[in-house]
Amino acid sequence: MSLISTLARLEAVSTGRAQPAATVRHRHLSARPLVFVPLTTAGEAGAPLGALVGTERDAPRLLVVPQPRDRDLRFAFLAELADVVLPYIDSYAEDVEAAERGETDPETGKRVKVEVELCADAPQLIVPSRTGVDFVRLLGRSMRFRRTAEQDPETPYPAPPRVPLLGRWLTHYGERARVPGSSLLLAMTDVLSRHWATGQSSLEDQHLGALLAWIAPPEGMTGAEAALHAELARDPRGQLLCPPAGPATDPAFDNKLLAPAFERYDRARTALAAAEDGLEADDRLGALTAAEREVRELVASRTRPTWEKVWAGIDLLRALPAGAHVEERWTRDRWSFTAHRDRITAGEPPQPRRDDAVTAANKLASREREQARLEAQEALDDPLVMAARRLSGEAFAGEVTDVVMAYSESKRPSPRPLVTVRTDDRPHLAERAKVYRSLDGKPQSAEFVGYEEEGAVVVLRILDKMGRGKEPEAGSVPEKGDRLCFTLFEHEQRGGPKLPDPEATPWTHGGPPGEAAAVPESADPVTAEDVL
Amino acid sequence: MPLPRTRGKALRQRLAELRGPDVPAKALDARALAALAANPGCRRRAILDGAGVDKTALAGALGSPSAFGQSQFALTRGNAFEAKVKADGGAELLRLVHEKLDRRAEPPADAAVPDLSAIGPEGRTARTALALREATEAPGTWTLLDHPMLALDVAGSPAFLEPDAVVVHPDGSWTVVEIKSFPMLDGSADPAKVGAAARQAAVYVLALEEVAARLTQSGAPAPEVRHRVLLVCPKDFSNLPTASAVDVRKQRAVTGRQLARLTRIEDIADTLPEGTCFSPDLPAAELTAAVESVPATYAPECLSACELAFHCRARSREAGAVTTLGRSIRAELGGLTTTEDVLSAAHGESGDPEDPAVAALRRAAQLRAEALGLEVTPCP
Repeated sequence: MSLISTLARLEAVSTGRAQPAATVRHRHLSARPLVFVPLTTAGEAGAPLGALVGTERDAPRLLVVPQPRDRDLRFAFLAELADVVLPYIDSYAEDVEAAERGETDPETGKRVKVEVELCADAPQLIVPSRTGVDFVRLLGRSMRFRRTAEQDPETPYPAPPRVPLLGRWLTHYGERARVPGSSLLLAMTDVLSRHWATGQSSLEDQHLGALLAWIAPPEGMTGAEAALHAELARDPRGQLLCPPAGPATDPAFDNKLLAPAFERYDRARTALAAAEDGLEADDRLGALTAAEREVRELVASRTRPTWEKVWAGIDLLRALPAGAHVEERWTRDRWSFTAHRDRITAGEPPQPRRDDAVTAANKLASREREQARLEAQEALDDPLVMAARRLSGEAFAGEVTDVVMAYSESKRPSPRPLVTVRTDDRPHLAERAKVYRSLDGKPQSAEFVGYEEEGAVVVLRILDKMGRGKEPEAGSVPEKGDRLCFTLFEHEQRGGPKLPDPEATPWTHGGPPGEAAAVPESADPVTAEDVL
Repeated sequence: MPLPRTRGKALRQRLAELRGPDVPAKALDARALAALAANPGCRRRAILDGAGVDKTALAGALGSPSAFGQSQFALTRGNAFEAKVKADGGAELLRLVHEKLDRRAEPPADAAVPDLSAIGPEGRTARTALALREATEAPGTWTLLDHPMLALDVAGSPAFLEPDAVVVHPDGSWTVVEIKSFPMLDGSADPAKVGAAARQAAVYVLALEEVAARLTQSGAPAPEVRHRVLLVCPKDFSNLPTASAVDVRKQRAVTGRQLARLTRIEDIADTLPEGTCFSPDLPAAELTAAVESVPATYAPECLSACELAFHCRARSREAGAVTTLGRSIRAELGGLTTTEDVLSAAHGESGDPEDPAVAALRRAAQLRAEALGLEVTPCP
């Protein structure tokens, strides 16, 4: 954490309100995001208890598993979830625009431009917290290898149709969420704490209720008081007034409310199964429905507050203007969405349990590249982020005090003007270090020549973006009196050398794909004791 | 100042007085020990745990109840899974130990499962030591100790620990087995949970090493306590056990060092005023004063490990300590420890401008104000 954000947190403590940690919004927000508030059963690996899901703030769809240990009920839940999520995803898959992508021609080996489809927009999933993202990944893993009766009539406990497909999409979203700066799957707590500094630690910021309490405390309360209320206040029955954002539930809720409700449901079901005639069965069915409704109401009561909070968070974020590079990063998300859509259409098998070495190396390289890109873009978009970079000596801002025209010493001399900048910052410039400034959105590079006046003045030599002529193009050279900001880091990430294709990868590095790759992953073996 | 009269008293009696009359001592489990070792500087936690004070009740009596609890679903699941792993005289468990840790040994068959029941923790500890000695002296056989009891000297008072199981190999070496109900998904589990399990197992390894050292007083070489423990978890989404060997050498070294560093409970007890008592029946004001008489070192990490965390956090916030926002924050603030100090130094109202921490703060405040378009406070 930089000193600037520490200062923001301390200001939040003393003012009792969260302080801005960004002046613009650094993540894309869809006009129609799908909000997903899941709950899970304690102690079970991803046995969902229920969820609120939907794109309409006023009309969330409540999905509940009245007895999470029952496989059929869980499958019914997943099928219902697929009925909500897949149509939403499909609605974005149709609308495409033409785009170009560079590809290597397999015959000539030359780079050629290929016209491809790019989805005009992509579906966006928003969950309350980081654990919600993990849960999406877990759900994806639990579903994508399932076999439906149609795929494999022999399979025991076949999954409902479309459940494996939902698993593949959730897996893709879960994986994409690991790419820095991506916005396909967002955790509300992460996005909010990126934009606001609260008066509590980042550990406590993981509590959505407490985080929002700092950002927008209710009338007459300080952020600290409101956050404490959100964390700990309980009703006379000992239940938290602000239930945790899940997917884990509060143990007091499990023990006092949920367990008895499950028990009543189980009893009603056993009674129904034991009914001897139609009349009796009707009565008992009524009791079962009542017991099921009770569980539904319990799940609704724990997810609804979180649902409202996620939307409140979306409102807060929408009030911020989008950063200049957010759209560009969202385009990358659209590429990622389109690519996965194409993989599914092409009938490729689900994502493997473990990535092979080549895929893993590619993923790592791309995440590193995106991290560097994100850091550079956020700094360029947001003066507050740039301030932190200036403080750490990675950038400097100042006024141009002098420009002297100079030329390179080659046969065709090109302009190499010397620019003198007076700055209060203390950049760590090595001899002939390169610095960059943004010129109409493109980086212009300059070379460090020397310090004057004990470091308060920096002399730079501008190197490029001045046109081909002997005289630099108008506006391409800074003028006296201009206020400029130079960075020591590059604005655009070039990335390292490209990794070879899987076929050309030596076996020492995990390639080429052998026979192992040709065998599709088998489904998880299903046993009577499976919990999911 | 320590009173001369208290010095003579046996530590046990002193701790019982701290706990309050007729309040039974709460056993210090490995989880508490591992957490204690994570914050060794906290004297409050050390004395309360050492005296066996029920911190949950204490936190409730102080008016900041802890938020810990276990869901009965998790508890049922955990117990059911452990019972499944240990079914049939631990056949499955021993098979996993053999497969993951000791493939060169004979496959286990007819393993001995001695009865370890006895009266009281001391009795069970003695029974466990006896069973360990017998098992070690019978080479070529596998022995499974189900819920043995071990004693570990923590800051001058004994703590009784109950591992899930200890296995004695045919070569006489011992392995700690930890059974957890979080899943191992495609061969990997949640690193945070594995880390916690490893820290817990490391405490058991330390305790077993003490037992092993005592067994050798007869002259024979000490039995080896293996530093690779077996972590047993449900496989993927099923209830079937799978296992992985976890190397706890690092955790063992860290925990051992931290335990050695723990200020001796005796010394802390001596600094307390005469008559200090942490009984939850006392009025809140009196209790607060008693708790305040021992200094705490609060950090946000305490929230996930200590029952008193909310109380300490409230106190820490009241005092305006910057550590309330995270330990790492302290590092860049130099000698400034309170919110007030930091902010007034940043705004140029106090502090020595020659101090690099103060200078950096002022520069940061200026840059931040500039970026937010606020009025820049001139620095003197």
